[in-house]
Amino acid sequence: MGAVIENNTINGKPNQDVFSATLLELADKDRNIVVVTSDSRGSGKLVAFGQQLPGQLVEIGIAEQNLVGVAAGLASAGKRTFAVSPACFLTARALEQIKNDVCYSDNPVRLIGISAGVSYGALGSTHHSLHDFAVLRTINNIIIVAPADNFETTEAVKLAVKLNKPLYLRFGKKAMPLLTDDKQNGFEFGKGRVIRKGSDVTIIATGETVYPALQSAEKLIQQGINTTVVSMHTIKPLDAELILQLAKDTGAIVTVEEHSVNGGLGEACASLLLQNKYNKPFKIMGIPDEYTVTGSQTEIFDHYGLSADGIAQAVLNLLQT
Amino acid sequence: MVMTDKQLAERSITYRKKILKYIVGAKAGHTGGSLSCIDILNVLYNEVLNVGPQNFTSPDRDIYIQSKGHCVEALYVVLADKGFFPESDLETLCKYKSHYIGHPTKKVHGVEQNTGALGHGLPIAAGTALAAKMDKKNYRVFTLLGDGELPEGSNWEAALTAAHYKLDNLCAIIDNNKLQITGTNAEVCNTDPIDAKFESFGWAVRHVDGNDVNALKEVLCSMPFEKGKPSLVIAHTIKGKGVSFMENSVKWHHGVPDKDQYETAIAELDMEMANV
Repeated sequence: MGAVIENNTINGKPNQDVFSATLLELADKDRNIVVVTSDSRGSGKLVAFGQQLPGQLVEIGIAEQNLVGVAAGLASAGKRTFAVSPACFLTARALEQIKNDVCYSDNPVRLIGISAGVSYGALGSTHHSLHDFAVLRTINNIIIVAPADNFETTEAVKLAVKLNKPLYLRFGKKAMPLLTDDKQNGFEFGKGRVIRKGSDVTIIATGETVYPALQSAEKLIQQGINTTVVSMHTIKPLDAELILQLAKDTGAIVTVEEHSVNGGLGEACASLLLQNKYNKPFKIMGIPDEYTVTGSQTEIFDHYGLSADGIAQAVLNLLQT
Repeated sequence: MVMTDKQLAERSITYRKKILKYIVGAKAGHTGGSLSCIDILNVLYNEVLNVGPQNFTSPDRDIYIQSKGHCVEALYVVLADKGFFPESDLETLCKYKSHYIGHPTKKVHGVEQNTGALGHGLPIAAGTALAAKMDKKNYRVFTLLGDGELPEGSNWEAALTAAHYKLDNLCAIIDNNKLQITGTNAEVCNTDPIDAKFESFGWAVRHVDGNDVNALKEVLCSMPFEKGKPSLVIAHTIKGKGVSFMENSVKWHHGVPDKDQYETAIAELDMEMANV
């Protein structure tokens, strides 16, 4: 286990920027990589891609159903296709195309949900994607990934290019600190990364909530509580082996996600644990079943307790019950 | 095998008999639409498409995507005839654990895409045609739409894309039998004039008698109708074509003939065969 990077340094970029830079680098060497966008080049940070590799970028305009259908056609003809669109529209408006044209027909489209979760903040609930894990988890033949930091994002993009399978990758716009300098364990879809080890409680977080989860562990150690923090970047397939091992090794489990508390990482873990006779304290943290309070992503995180203080308090409450 | 006009017309009648046979065997199927579009499939697979079991994995093959997936019986019968699988497989149509389900599935050899939800064929076909352009390949992409699926907005999104990218290697065919499950297209959601709509979207449009194999052959072999534009064929067809009591009748959208109706239908088709 390497050193956890000091939390007061924002030493990373937005995962979205890392995605586009990594893809541009890979696409420059592989002319078969194609990006399909829905007037989302700006927010997807794909302006440079369009300028440098214009023959590998297909602009669809604002038409997400068609975006996914066209991407399925391109993928079926052998193109390594990335369909890039805001997560909120991609996974709701084009859900039938994702189900039928990508997953059921097994056309290997890499669906990229940009500005995911509550990244759009005060733009409101039309622009939030707090449903995407839930709806996609119920669809067969798709890998669901929410990388936490720049390292995970880079590795996820590289793997997505290699792995010719339907995949959903979602991330946000905020600069994300590097979680750890330990890259020895590598990155593999379906294998959670243990960022910090402790025997009292396990926090299983995903995407942009892993960092506040890690910060909460630093607060909890001051209270004498030693915390394991996992970046569960892959929501599906879930790393059952790791979760069940941590269920044995630690005294409680808290899950954290930038998603509705219904149907996401937390309920996936709950289902796994309950069916394996887990009987220790357990808590799901996320956005409750409501249209969120107005605010920036950070304000919304703070409001619903998805912050270092909020997660630490939730852990303390759970251990006291 | 090069077929004479007479042989091609006879082939349609044989296909119609088989469609009815397997729908009766499955006790399910989209009878009216399969009978209306079978001449189109006959001409595509026997006269137009460069595809067969021998080159199905070739990246240079022509592609056919059936957007009106519910008329799968027509597709299965033609694919069996082309040798993609033994026709006897169709005896399992819609039966427990059969791969031959009631909408096209890639589990069946020869099927390019899983379809059935409407409004999906044209976007996928446009993407496939776009890939051909990007790769500078000469294969062509054909997709068959039902007229009843035209209100699906994704069709019009894809119509824009196809024109925007000048996909003259793409041909959409509308099986314009003018009926859908509830009634006439005009009653349910009027989409006329289809030609003017697609022309205004930047497509080259032709009308054809969609139950006349020779007319179909002439039109489908002449795409692109205009360089730089996607081609649309509005195939005027008769729902339930070939069986007098099924023609132009909504109740045969997914009606399954009973024993007497089946025998009457086969007798009519045999008589038509004798008069080709």
